[in-house]
Amino acid sequence: MNEKVIDIHNLYKSFGSNHVLRGIDIDVHKGENVVVLGRSGTGKSVLIKIIAGLLQPDSGTVNVLGQEVDKLDSVALRELRLKVGFCFQHGALYDSMTVGENLAFPLKRNTPNIKHEQVKRMVSVVLEAVGLAKTIDQMPSELSGGQRKRIGIARTLILRPDIMLYDEPTAGLDPITCTEINNLINEVQRRFHTSSIIITHDLACAKQTGDKIVVMKEGKFVKQGNFEEVFSTQDDLIKEFYDYNFIQ
Amino acid sequence: MDSNIEQPEKPVISKGIDGFFKDIYNIFLFLIRIFKEAFKGPVEVREVIRQCYQVGYKSLALITMTGFITGLVFTKQSRPSLSEFGATSWLPSLISIAVIRALAPLVTALITAGKVGSGIGAELASMRVTEQIDAMEVSAINPFKFLVVTRVMATTISIPILVAYTGLVGMLGSFLDIHLNEQTSFTSFFQEAFKNIYFLDFITTGIKAVVFGFTIGVVSCYQGYNASQGTQGVGKAANTSVVVSMFLIFLEEVFIVQIANSIR
Ligand SMILES: Nc1ncnc2c1ncn2[C@@H]1O[C@H](COP(=O)(O)OP(=O)(O)OP(=O)(O)O)[C@@H](O)[C@H]1O
Ligand SMILES: [Mg+2]
Repeated sequence: MNEKVIDIHNLYKSFGSNHVLRGIDIDVHKGENVVVLGRSGTGKSVLIKIIAGLLQPDSGTVNVLGQEVDKLDSVALRELRLKVGFCFQHGALYDSMTVGENLAFPLKRNTPNIKHEQVKRMVSVVLEAVGLAKTIDQMPSELSGGQRKRIGIARTLILRPDIMLYDEPTAGLDPITCTEINNLINEVQRRFHTSSIIITHDLACAKQTGDKIVVMKEGKFVKQGNFEEVFSTQDDLIKEFYDYNFIQ
Repeated sequence: MDSNIEQPEKPVISKGIDGFFKDIYNIFLFLIRIFKEAFKGPVEVREVIRQCYQVGYKSLALITMTGFITGLVFTKQSRPSLSEFGATSWLPSLISIAVIRALAPLVTALITAGKVGSGIGAELASMRVTEQIDAMEVSAINPFKFLVVTRVMATTISIPILVAYTGLVGMLGSFLDIHLNEQTSFTSFFQEAFKNIYFLDFITTGIKAVVFGFTIGVVSCYQGYNASQGTQGVGKAANTSVVVSMFLIFLEEVFIVQIANSIR
């Protein structure tokens, strides 16, 4: 745990008069799971969209795997994106394709001469990894919310990324499914040697998956450390969060 | 970047007028991008064929029915006026001029704008809203080339084919009516019909068909690809695609006919 894979410094982003990110600093080391906790609308999704190059920062540096994301041309950005996996809040599965086609699609597009058998083998490996081998011929509309998220994770894994970005992997799921997803995130970390940023407002998820936790409020990080360090405080803001999660 | 970012700024003239000019500017950029990406790298042949099939499949039944009935009804309506002068033998050439010059391209374009344009608008908008377009982008796939360029190519290729088909079906409808009333044979009907049709007519209709197809593709892809967040964005994109396409189709029709007539 020494090499930095993501290094963000003094990041600002606004939409018109809506100042969403106001000076974010974060580093993610190799093999580390970093959890970003924050209430709805604090700009968590905006943060990882900037990391994936979907949005442009207003100022600050965003360094991913040694490259400044916002300064790359389209070819270099595409290269980098192969190494950065992004799991969307609602899975974002292609709803005109079956599960198997969803998984094969990024692989076939990015390796034009790949053999059919090899695609099939890699699809079944990632499906196995998320525990949904039997859904291969189903359409996304036939899956539950939790299954859809897992297929989303599998589709990201198939390109063998070095970094995984999870946008609210457990939002809207029941506690048992949440635990399953958390275990999956940890297993992905172990088995595929990924470093991750996990965005959530779910404390159980943060506790189970996070090596490091940062708490975000009004576009800034107000606290960071491991779970015990962050939550042993008497800080009102943190306590508010804690209470809110247990009342829920 | 690709995600559509709306930034509320102070309007220069008024919000509506500013928005209108911004839209025109954005459509212009969109057009340039279509041409740039279409000629960059290999064409997505399989996806274009799949989309062409979609265009045909979605509109064939409606076009067949409308084309046939248009030809038939137009013939029925024209007969009384012509028979007053004892000129019902002119019916085939009158109908062919009407169908080939005007009705076939216009009817086809309006129907496909309704069926296909709204379909493309809604499909791309829902892909935008559910982050499927972003998902393509982050997995290093170029969504613009894969989704937009292929659809624009598909409508530009397949709508001219549909126009030819509508023309044929319309003429058959007309033939049916004329055959039943005037007992004209198949060959003499078509001989009569094509007497007054010139090469320029086919060229103009062909150009119209290509322009209409391109318009429907570009307008509906633009609306869908740039849809705003939320489910109402999907409905709005589908709706606006149809309205704007139809409006532009009428404008182009007038424009092309003017040019064609000045050459004739
Ligand atoms: N593309 C965009 N254009 C304009 N404003 C945006 C855009 N994306 C996000 N925002 C604004 O940025 C703010 C933060 O949004 P974001 O989606 O990052 O919140 P979040 O922390 O992920 O919340 P949630 O937990 O609900 O997902 C919101 O006020 C939102 O309106
Ligand atoms: Mg979010």
